[in-house]
Amino acid sequence: MTDATPRTSAQWPLYEVFVRGKRGLNHVHVGSLHAADERMALTHARDLYTRRNEGVSIWVVRSDLITASTPDERDPFFAPSGDKVYRHPTFYDIPADVPHI
Amino acid sequence: MTGFETTSLEESDFELRLHEQFDDTIARDQRIEPRDWMPDGYRRTLIRQIAQHAHSEIIGMQPEGEWITRAPSLRRKAILFAKVQDEAGHGLYLYSAAETLGADRADLTQRLIDGRQKYSSIFNYPTPTFADVGVIAWLVDGAAICNQVPLCRSSFGPYARAMVRVCKEESFHQRQGYELLSTMMRGTDHQRATVQDAVDRWWWPSLMMFGPPDGDSPNSEQSMAWRIKRHTNDELRQRFVDMTVPQAAALGVTLPDPELRWNEERGRHDFGTPDWSELHRVITGDGPCNTERVARRRAAHEDGAWVREAASAHAATQAARAREGAAA
Repeated sequence: MTDATPRTSAQWPLYEVFVRGKRGLNHVHVGSLHAADERMALTHARDLYTRRNEGVSIWVVRSDLITASTPDERDPFFAPSGDKVYRHPTFYDIPADVPHI
Repeated sequence: MTGFETTSLEESDFELRLHEQFDDTIARDQRIEPRDWMPDGYRRTLIRQIAQHAHSEIIGMQPEGEWITRAPSLRRKAILFAKVQDEAGHGLYLYSAAETLGADRADLTQRLIDGRQKYSSIFNYPTPTFADVGVIAWLVDGAAICNQVPLCRSSFGPYARAMVRVCKEESFHQRQGYELLSTMMRGTDHQRATVQDAVDRWWWPSLMMFGPPDGDSPNSEQSMAWRIKRHTNDELRQRFVDMTVPQAAALGVTLPDPELRWNEERGRHDFGTPDWSELHRVITGDGPCNTERVARRRAAHEDGAWVREAASAHAATQAARAREGAAA
């Protein structure tokens, strides 16, 4: 009813943006944006997320292409690593006078 | 029938447990993330607050943006351009955060230009002189920083992370404004008078940016319990006054409040009461520039329609060519 103006464009898809801050670091998720295609997503990501040299490399990926685990921290999905304390170095007793270990 | 009853009972049990988990996460001062279960009220409150915040950044481009073409030097023009572009960026970080809660970007824009969602009333005041550009950056962005720094610890992860980015950039905004004003204060008598006039006009609206007094702010308590909000309106307002008084003294301007004085006992400043009826008038649409601001935003959106259509058409053509190329 309030939409008196003609619908001007179909909603552009949402892209998630990942930025590598500098050489030697991983790409880190910084946010999202809408764009008509991948190329536009990249240039928009540059303008939006790296206005002050925050990045040397950008990845964009359509949000609907991401597969994610459930948000629940207590999800049994993560159970396999829960009871394997022997995977941590602190599990092992080493005499205090043994150096460099 | 029995089957249905059992199911709904189990579901409400399940919901109760999710609610407990949510409360527990808040109590441990951890962040809620988009795909976590959250009460409807929490989601609604956040969408409303983040959308209003985003709209404020976008509308906030206008009062200062009007001076880009009239900036007195190339240096000031480049700075102002960068600042206004940052405001657009802040709006986009915030729209992006609102979308993680299920809000729709196109719908949010439509709500703004239909006048169904609000933005900060401060942007409904005019900017008749270049000193206004400096005073907005000093006082309005200063007040925004007071509001936004605690929001970096807001309980909703994407909102808090957006605020971290915004706060880093706001510091440049405030400092360039203060420097602009310092330069004018070292100029002619006329320039000094222009700065003082702008301070006189912006001081009270800046204090109103923190919202109504605590006794008159019905949503505050719940927002504080959810840790969306960390301090009350009056607390933040006091903090802003205490921060600003020495800055005004260093600049050599007078803050237009005869009741403003240091209170030795409290270790803070006493100050007068803003005209709350004015805030109410401006919020409900009767400020000096309400109509103009929304009309301008609507025109920008509608005039840009052909660009969005062209980009969509181009994307479709490129995709079709890529498919043909792959098939050949």
